[in-house]
Amino acid sequence: MVAAIVLVFISAILVLAGAPVLEVHGLLVTGAVGSWSKLAQVLRVWVPLTLCSCGLLYTFQIGLWNIGVEGQVMLGAIGATAVLRLGFDSALPGAVLGAALVVGMLGGALWALLAGLLKTWGGVNEIFAGLGLNFVAQGLILWLIFGPWRRPGVASMSGTEPFAESLWFPTPAVWRISPHALGLTLVALAATALVLRHTRLGLALRAVGGNPSASYLFGLKPGRLMLWAMGLAGALAGLAGTLQVTVVYHRLIPAISSNYGYLALLVVMLADYRLSWVPFIAFFFAALNVGSIQLPLVLQLDSSLSGVIQGALVLTVLLIHAWNSGKAGTRWTT
Amino acid sequence: MIKKTLLGTLMVLALSMTILTAPPQPVGASDFSFGLLLVGPYNDRGWSQAHFDAGHYVEAKLPGVKMLYIDKMNPADRPGVTIPQLVDDLVGKGAKLIIANSDDMKDGIREAAKQHPDTYFLHISGDDALTGKGPNNLSNLMGRMEYGKMLAGFTAALTTKTGKIGYLGPLINEETRRLAAAAYLGARYGWEQVRRQPAADLKFKVTWIGFWFNIPGVTSDPTQVAQNFFDSGYDVVLSGIDTTEALVVARQKHQGGKPVWAVPYDFKGACEGADQVCLGVPYYNWGPSYLQFITAARSGNWKQQWLWLGPDWSDINNEDRGPIGFLPGPALSAEARTALKQFTAELGAGKVNLFQGPLDYQDGSSYLKAGEVASDQQIWYMQQLLKGMEGPSSAK
Repeated sequence: MVAAIVLVFISAILVLAGAPVLEVHGLLVTGAVGSWSKLAQVLRVWVPLTLCSCGLLYTFQIGLWNIGVEGQVMLGAIGATAVLRLGFDSALPGAVLGAALVVGMLGGALWALLAGLLKTWGGVNEIFAGLGLNFVAQGLILWLIFGPWRRPGVASMSGTEPFAESLWFPTPAVWRISPHALGLTLVALAATALVLRHTRLGLALRAVGGNPSASYLFGLKPGRLMLWAMGLAGALAGLAGTLQVTVVYHRLIPAISSNYGYLALLVVMLADYRLSWVPFIAFFFAALNVGSIQLPLVLQLDSSLSGVIQGALVLTVLLIHAWNSGKAGTRWTT
Repeated sequence: MIKKTLLGTLMVLALSMTILTAPPQPVGASDFSFGLLLVGPYNDRGWSQAHFDAGHYVEAKLPGVKMLYIDKMNPADRPGVTIPQLVDDLVGKGAKLIIANSDDMKDGIREAAKQHPDTYFLHISGDDALTGKGPNNLSNLMGRMEYGKMLAGFTAALTTKTGKIGYLGPLINEETRRLAAAAYLGARYGWEQVRRQPAADLKFKVTWIGFWFNIPGVTSDPTQVAQNFFDSGYDVVLSGIDTTEALVVARQKHQGGKPVWAVPYDFKGACEGADQVCLGVPYYNWGPSYLQFITAARSGNWKQQWLWLGPDWSDINNEDRGPIGFLPGPALSAEARTALKQFTAELGAGKVNLFQGPLDYQDGSSYLKAGEVASDQQIWYMQQLLKGMEGPSSAK
């Protein structure tokens, strides 16, 4: 029944927008998974989305709203770009790429820790700290692109000078998607599952998230655990940013984070904070993102319609979710 | 319960997907399709619409040719969407030639051209075919808008009462520098030769907003910039950006009783609806050049080219000739119109060449020695604004 409501809701929006309902649904699907190259595009969006979502699971576990994930992606991209610029003529491109991964993850982690410290030491709500840091990160990227990292003689919104091809993660022509990126994402998924389910850290995060005051009784330190959660989340977001630079754009561009951080928040909420759902919901969102380009291409519809569909979907599910929990007299648990 | 909800949702979605998935259909019964990537909206009454209309022009001239297009291809409107990805899409839909209409698509289009060696690419205003960075299937095309800008600056100088002309600039690069400089040269010529005023009394100020059109929070707001110009005594604003803010603000000020004017850019129909303030518009007429490239690609006679085409001087507003024109606007006085005609004729006959020395760069260093005529390369790769212009020559 619920699913029917969602579909009716989406279709109603399409009718309101004057779009042919069936054709739009069809186009979204064929546009996303109609061919291997389309699927590869979806996977390219799926990678950062899934990485950010994995990161957010740590912070949601402990009850933190890490909205700063967007900025953490950007800092990862900045860190990676810095390394690649330093090592542009290195004889060991592989080592430079490896270093870029590490520095990118560190960049994201440090940015997240900043928000975490503001929370644990400064008492600043992590939502405000995160949002503020997102703006700072965006400003930093623009400053770098228009300032110290601008192309010779020209500053342009199209970003920094592209890196030499030896500093791209290879994408085999038939694959159209970097196996490194896919592999790293799968590793991140597995590692997150392992940490959350089978380690003391995962247990402690859950305990603090469930009841911060009681956790003291068990000798847990919520502050330190929060920093751990933020650090891990930031590192994964930073990895997403690094891959945006090394796999997708091969340079730093102003919109490098592409709102994937914010989108990942929706993914995790829609996944009901469960890791097992994350890859699928992330795939669905990625498909919607990629498929929606067909709307202007074929039907001359505004492609922001897919954003409306996405938003409506999340809202509907959350509403139903809240309604159900209200009926059962329980608050949501992780 | 929640799990069931979600499971149900996903199942229905999955089901609807399988039902609705139809094999992709070939587009129409055309024998040649080309794809057009527009940086702005197809109906922006500016840069992108000029390209969009040119696509329709080709469709009308060559039966069997069909245009596919995607507009708003810029980082603000389509975050996460890359040029190679869109090219994949267009090629998948049967496009044999891809036209990209923004300098900012340079890297993406080069990458895509390497990935699709059997598809032809035309990049507007790049220089990959000149520098050799691009593969053989990638050509460049640009109109010599310098002439359009000279005419625009000329009309501004003949109209201004305060002697202060504002130039609403996009981002700073070689193209935008040379266009702003050309507008200044045209203005200075009109000011000195027609109005017989000393060049030192002409103020020409360039304010760059940071991109080709307004991106809230990222660029300066062009509406604000135009207002600042008019409020500080600049009574003519020349637009160098892709959208119409200068004209819109001028109209508002005019309705408020201020004698001000504007010169829009890019699109032939840009003056419409702003009769009281529009002095004319330097515009692009891409249709004939598109036709040439598409005909060559279709017949297998493609040759990599870097084309920088001037107007057809016998009639610069002939829609079947030449990639640029200048259409005088309703607000241009009759005397100015006559002077403009003469100036156009002189330019066309080569009697007047404004890119001729002595000309200095803004920092005082020499751009052209006395009597020296600028080569194409010297104009294309201008390093600074010219002496006499106000405003930054490069991004800090």
